[in-house]
Amino acid sequence: MYAAIFVLTTLGFTLGALLGLAAKRLKVETSPVVDKINELLPGTNCGQCGFPGCGQAAEALAGGEASVTLCPPGGRSVALELAELMNVSIDASAIADEGPIVALVKEATCIGCTRCFKVCPTDAIVGAPKQIHSVIKSACTGCKACIDVCPTECLVIEPVETTLQTWHWPKPAIAA
Amino acid sequence: MRLLKFQGGIHPKGHKEATCAKPIEAFPLPDYLYLPVQQHIGAAAEPEVQVGQRVLKGQLLAHSQGAVSAPIHSPASGVVSSIEDLPAPHPSGLPVKTIVIKTDGKDEWVSTSAPIDPFKLSAAEIALRVGAAGIVGLGGATFPSAVKLNLRDKHTIHTLVMNGAECEPYLTCDDRLMQEHAAQIVDGVRIMQMALGATKVIIAIESNKKTALTIMQEAAAEFDDVEIVKVPTRYPMGSEKHLIKAVTGKEVPAKSLSADIGMIVHNVGTAFAIHKTIRYGLPLLSRIVTISGGAVKEPKNLEVPLGTRVADVIEYCGGLTEQPARLLMGGPMMGQTLPHTNVPIVKGTSGILALTAKEVADDAIMPCIRCGSCVSACPCGLIPLEMAKRANKGDFNGAIDYGLMDCIACGSCAFVCPSHIPLVQYFNFAKGSLAEKQQADKKASETRRLSELRNARLEREKKQKEEAAARRKAEKEARDKAKAAAAQKDGGASTQHKASKEKEEAVV
Repeated sequence: MYAAIFVLTTLGFTLGALLGLAAKRLKVETSPVVDKINELLPGTNCGQCGFPGCGQAAEALAGGEASVTLCPPGGRSVALELAELMNVSIDASAIADEGPIVALVKEATCIGCTRCFKVCPTDAIVGAPKQIHSVIKSACTGCKACIDVCPTECLVIEPVETTLQTWHWPKPAIAA
Repeated sequence: MRLLKFQGGIHPKGHKEATCAKPIEAFPLPDYLYLPVQQHIGAAAEPEVQVGQRVLKGQLLAHSQGAVSAPIHSPASGVVSSIEDLPAPHPSGLPVKTIVIKTDGKDEWVSTSAPIDPFKLSAAEIALRVGAAGIVGLGGATFPSAVKLNLRDKHTIHTLVMNGAECEPYLTCDDRLMQEHAAQIVDGVRIMQMALGATKVIIAIESNKKTALTIMQEAAAEFDDVEIVKVPTRYPMGSEKHLIKAVTGKEVPAKSLSADIGMIVHNVGTAFAIHKTIRYGLPLLSRIVTISGGAVKEPKNLEVPLGTRVADVIEYCGGLTEQPARLLMGGPMMGQTLPHTNVPIVKGTSGILALTAKEVADDAIMPCIRCGSCVSACPCGLIPLEMAKRANKGDFNGAIDYGLMDCIACGSCAFVCPSHIPLVQYFNFAKGSLAEKQQADKKASETRRLSELRNARLEREKKQKEEAAARRKAEKEARDKAKAAAAQKDGGASTQHKASKEKEEAVV
């Protein structure tokens, strides 16, 4: 028995080391544009853009197959940054941006099914089986991944509340 | 070289005559006091009293949290009637956690420590006491004073500049304080000087406060290292960097603190509060507030307990003669608009102004004619018209290139603009938007980190599961092999034994 464990563990480690080495040695150079786009995207792989993750979205963007307005959680600011990077002009006011949003658990209907926190890309939902779950607002990106899996529709998306700390003067009403 | 001036600046009409000759009156204790836990720059204080609890005058209501914060004390004896979210004295009128005290009029004090000789205390001890008394910059900036007194640990401070300029129109609270409590202010100044280890003190007073100048000069006469300097009446003389430039001729470099060049600026009101705290152990419970403006019936200077409603204070001044066009907390240049009068007076409230439509002069905005008035008026040497143009277009980085971050939002540019362009409002908007973006970026990088951690964890769990499965499989195989080997061995030795064992097993 010990011999078998030894053999398999050694095998595991050797293969792991080989894979690690291969990942370094045989690294596929990604285009610097893709890397830059990747940095601008949220990196949570929420999938709202229709691509499996941010990496694929970045590649599609770099290849010209997607628009700079593809990222819903990024909103207007990410779209503008992408437009600047890709050197395309977009109409900033045309991009739907309802401001930052976060998910909220309506505690009356939460059954503690644990489905939502299993899909949360940033571990922003805490909970345990048959216990009411709760969203950590500061870690939630508003990607809506949890909304689709909730069986009781107890998860809702809410705009981030303005507080005294986050409030700032609006733009003066009339243009200079 | 001392030039007693800085470039730019403006000369707004003073409007100080309404209150500058009237003695400070003590405001009678109101029935309710509303004390927001955030009356200072930094982290909000944390309440440590319960609803229904009886509190005494001077008792700690909320303790400070973190390095930059200030505690809140009860300005009167009474009962905590509630701790709830109430409108803050802020342009947004958004709620802030507020401790409401129902006063009982008995004015019972907590036991305060006996008077002590401050000059026997160590510098750290003074800063500690000032911090525990909840003293913040009373000029309006509300930066916790103890933090500034502790700067000697990191910087060598040689000069303490006391701000008695009071350059904002209408306000006379510092003027009156200097006229009535000159000796106490000088004492407070000397305590601060000792705590900072400064060799020199300059008390700067604008030339329009002649009485205050004479009285302060008399009070400071016996101290050689305390100098009273008459500075010209020019807005924004009370700005930290500009006051230093005016009285010492030295310029605080962009993006650095006055402490970097060995100087600290404090307000004279803060010195008075520090005097009371160190000499008599009294926390900050009240402040002098100028109630003025064309819509106020009898403009006054009042010593108001913190937490008093603005409405109560205005009523004490005979109420309003007309609906004010603008209600302000602070001066007309840099003060904040108030949403209504149901907000409390806080530590940073230097004035309450109810201005009439005539005083506000909301003229129609016209296009920029590039006359350059704002450029000559800007005390920071910036080009407001270019910055505003960029802020308007949403090109905040462009505005930063033009020095947005060096703008002190004094409003001189908007004051002189012949086209009435709200220049400073654009800068406030741009700074706010940039801060918002910074917060969003910080959150984005944090969520990205969380997401990466999660992916790593999932990967690890998957690997562990696979490894465990492989190990179990290996163990099972090893067991089976061992069994088979044993069976073979047994089979060779005795068939009878095997048969009996089989029988045994069958029985079992």
